[in-house]
Amino acid sequence: MPRILLNLIVHHLHLSSASKMENLLGLTGKDFTIVAASKAAMRGATILKASDDKTRSLNKNTLMAFSGEAGDTVHFAEFVQANIQLYSMRNDTELGPPAVASFVRGELARSLRSKKPYTVNLLLGGYDPITKKPHLFWLDYLASVAPLPYAAHGYAQYYCLSILDKHHHPDIELEQGLKILRMCTDELQRRLPIDFKGMLVKVIDKDGVREIDWDSSKAVKSA
Amino acid sequence: MSSPFSINGGACVAMVGKDCVAIACDLRLGLQSLTVSNNFPKIFPYGDVYLGLTGLATDVTTVADLFRYKVNMYRLREERQISPQTMANLVSTSLYEKRFGPYFVSPVIAGINHTTGKPFICGFDSIGCIDFAKDFIVSGTASDQLFGTCEGLWEPDMEPEDLFETISQALLNAVDRDALSGWGAYVYVIEKDKVTKRLLKGRQD
Repeated sequence: MPRILLNLIVHHLHLSSASKMENLLGLTGKDFTIVAASKAAMRGATILKASDDKTRSLNKNTLMAFSGEAGDTVHFAEFVQANIQLYSMRNDTELGPPAVASFVRGELARSLRSKKPYTVNLLLGGYDPITKKPHLFWLDYLASVAPLPYAAHGYAQYYCLSILDKHHHPDIELEQGLKILRMCTDELQRRLPIDFKGMLVKVIDKDGVREIDWDSSKAVKSA
Repeated sequence: MSSPFSINGGACVAMVGKDCVAIACDLRLGLQSLTVSNNFPKIFPYGDVYLGLTGLATDVTTVADLFRYKVNMYRLREERQISPQTMANLVSTSLYEKRFGPYFVSPVIAGINHTTGKPFICGFDSIGCIDFAKDFIVSGTASDQLFGTCEGLWEPDMEPEDLFETISQALLNAVDRDALSGWGAYVYVIEKDKVTKRLLKGRQD
């Protein structure tokens, strides 16, 4: 069997354990994109930090959330961030979210067939100020991309996609979007065996990226 | 189970008719049993030639981008569109370049040669071995099922309307028997000076 094939399969098994406990969620609405990431930085069964920010803003109107192998995530995110910012400075224009997604995918795909590929899963949320449309891209560590109205990584995929299937509409207002997100995070809090320390929630819209206060202190009634 | 060819799922089929060809694909993108997207088309147009790509989703995108680059360069150099036959050789050699670390894709080509006016289809394995066929080409996780439905439905010299019905029924009924494919389909019917692209809703479960 070719080595790259073995690599792919090994990585597949690798990712299925620890990094699935890191949850990323994203959803788009009429004129915004919400991206949320769990705040627990974990190593094995230990929580090292309860206020981890698993996001980086790449330019004024795109935000990237990441999960995966510890060193890879931040390194890859900041590498991409630096290159996107360099592009903005050189050309005096911001790349639109689809262009950013294409660049990120290209870099991840190049790394996939290198000696030591990045094992990073990503959500890329953005708002295009020219077309006035929200964007959300789902990317996994194999560099598969899908433009989606809502997306998740980690166990959130199994718990939240069905909720989003039922409640999401493409033309919802921010308020309604946050309500749906609350249903998702409540479900995670209710069903996951360990505390993921709540979610960090950010919104991307015409004014850029901003954080939203997200209270997870209230206990969720178990089923 | 976790062969790179069947992680993401997907299906593609091409058929020959009378002075026309058709190519169709499903729209699912999954991670094993979890469906991630129901809007992931696997057919890419390169001028007059249509390329269907199934297999590992990342390589579907990588290979589609690679051929966009190569075909654009060909068009600038030659100042004409690429013919389906030339495209087939380009795909074959490009895939064989990666003989010992292949792209995990099974490409399908469909098009009409504009100098001869003859329809052309062919398929490949992941390292570029060409499969020329006079009737139909199948690929993807539903290829076994597609062989069955195509073998049962295809007949020689179909008109475009007939060909559309045949390829659509062949694909739709094949993907319904495959857990990793489905969620809607795109069907292209290519005639001498007309291409019709149709979206089929299909079963959404």
